[in-house]
Amino acid sequence: MDIFIQQIINGLVLGSIYALVALGYTMVYGIMGLINFAHGEVVMIGAMVALTVIKLLANSGLPVFVIILLALAAAAVVCMAVGFSIERIAYRPLRNAPKLAPLITAIGVSIVLQNLAMLIWGRNYHAFPPILPTSAHDVFGATITTLQVAIVLIAALMMAGLIVLIHRTRLGRAMRATSENPSIAQLMGVNINQIISITFIIGSALAAVAGLMVSANYSIAHYYMGFMLGLKAFTAAVLGGIGNIAGAVLGGILLGLIESLGAGYIGDLTGGFLGSHYQDIFAFFVLICVLIFRPSGLVGEKVSERA
Amino acid sequence: MSSTLLEARAIDKHFGGVTALRDVSLTIRQGEIYGLIGPNGAGKTSFFNVLTGLYHPDGGELIFAGEKLQASAPHKVARLGIARTFQNIRLFGNMTAMENVMVGRHVRTHAGVFGAVLHDRRTTREEAAIRRRAEELLNYVNIADRADDLARHLSYGDQRRLEIARALATDPKLLALDEPAAGMNGTETASLRELIEGIRKDGITVLLIEHDVKLVMGLCDRVAVLDYGEKICEDVPSLVQKDPKVIEAYLGGSIA
Repeated sequence: MDIFIQQIINGLVLGSIYALVALGYTMVYGIMGLINFAHGEVVMIGAMVALTVIKLLANSGLPVFVIILLALAAAAVVCMAVGFSIERIAYRPLRNAPKLAPLITAIGVSIVLQNLAMLIWGRNYHAFPPILPTSAHDVFGATITTLQVAIVLIAALMMAGLIVLIHRTRLGRAMRATSENPSIAQLMGVNINQIISITFIIGSALAAVAGLMVSANYSIAHYYMGFMLGLKAFTAAVLGGIGNIAGAVLGGILLGLIESLGAGYIGDLTGGFLGSHYQDIFAFFVLICVLIFRPSGLVGEKVSERA
Repeated sequence: MSSTLLEARAIDKHFGGVTALRDVSLTIRQGEIYGLIGPNGAGKTSFFNVLTGLYHPDGGELIFAGEKLQASAPHKVARLGIARTFQNIRLFGNMTAMENVMVGRHVRTHAGVFGAVLHDRRTTREEAAIRRRAEELLNYVNIADRADDLARHLSYGDQRRLEIARALATDPKLLALDEPAAGMNGTETASLRELIEGIRKDGITVLLIEHDVKLVMGLCDRVAVLDYGEKICEDVPSLVQKDPKVIEAYLGGSIA
């Protein structure tokens, strides 16, 4: 029983991170119908920048809280700049090109960012300095660390904030209008170039937070970490129904739970044939199933033709 | 003689080899209801699309309230004060009626990212004003009771009214209506007519594309007729009806 609860806790933590990243995919898809495969690299850059700042300040004597906040601020600023630039440089010139062109470009951008990161930070793994409190709490026989609690709470807070922003503000209305019909939104005075830029910036800010969370949770970061994380988050977005904000949150949490529970029990299920390092197969098994049986995702609607 | 609000000078628009508009010039005066009629495919909607910046004209220019309209910048056209509705209704179907009208206020309001994140006093006040104005407009077009329904769930006639409310939300000087009576029954058309007259009374100039000849002739101060992308006539309704070129265009041959 305690293994089960432990895996649920791990799944929630992992799922919160997936959800934050999935939101970036789903927002961009919702606004411009593009799958931004470079988004995983933005998460990686966020992790790397945050880690760099933390390493620099680890022995500065500043309180841990301040160090983390500074790292987060730096990561957010860099990621927002990167997200903004990706759209301006790589996607905007292809706004009216066939869908395949920006998709391939996205993969190209992803490779470029990975290699840039490798040039800047090297190909080695970077360990997260042990500055975080390691205190753990007991929950029904399972343990949850303060860090994990913080991850889940912060992710929940950011997602709630995003949902309020999208449903309760002038900016959010403009985003939803652009997503439904960009040319009509323009007639209402919405500057869609600006809305698209803002969408990339918000998504990248969430990615920066997720990046810091991942590297803190696994105590490690490296230039290649964005690839698998990006694919998983994309799977989460598709699972929830790509383009749907609530779907990305739901898909992220569900995928995290599926992966954790799967990893926890895969040994028992296969009689020891497969170990927990096979946990990645669950995400992609889910992706395949969704694409076959419910391509619109759990809460997605059938994709309608654009006017 | 009232002043000129919109002047179209020699507008040309081609799609490949097809000419949608050729050398179309017309002048719309402040405060009038101006009709634009013509057989199907005559270029009426193309003219609307050029006017609102959705199409780039191949020649000619548009002067609106003394300013030259920049092509291909629909959000700036909206700011200058041109709003429109569509022949095939184009609401934001997954947003509520209220939200549709609130989006229309976008061009007259300012809150941006910081406002959205900080929720400062000015932003909340502006948001309240947006909501208030949207409520007024829904009342004005008589669909206040549907405010919280998704736009796509509204009846056809209500969707047309909602589109007008959304257009009015941009505080236009010129409201361009593309076949607002299409698919409406007699009663609905009569109340639409009242609505359009009320809009004009509020000081908004109306440009009307319409197939319902009775509506156009009864409502408009002046009418222009397009045929194969060219303006063949522009006059008061009673004279337009008698113009031989107009009769020929509509009946496909000379009568008499």
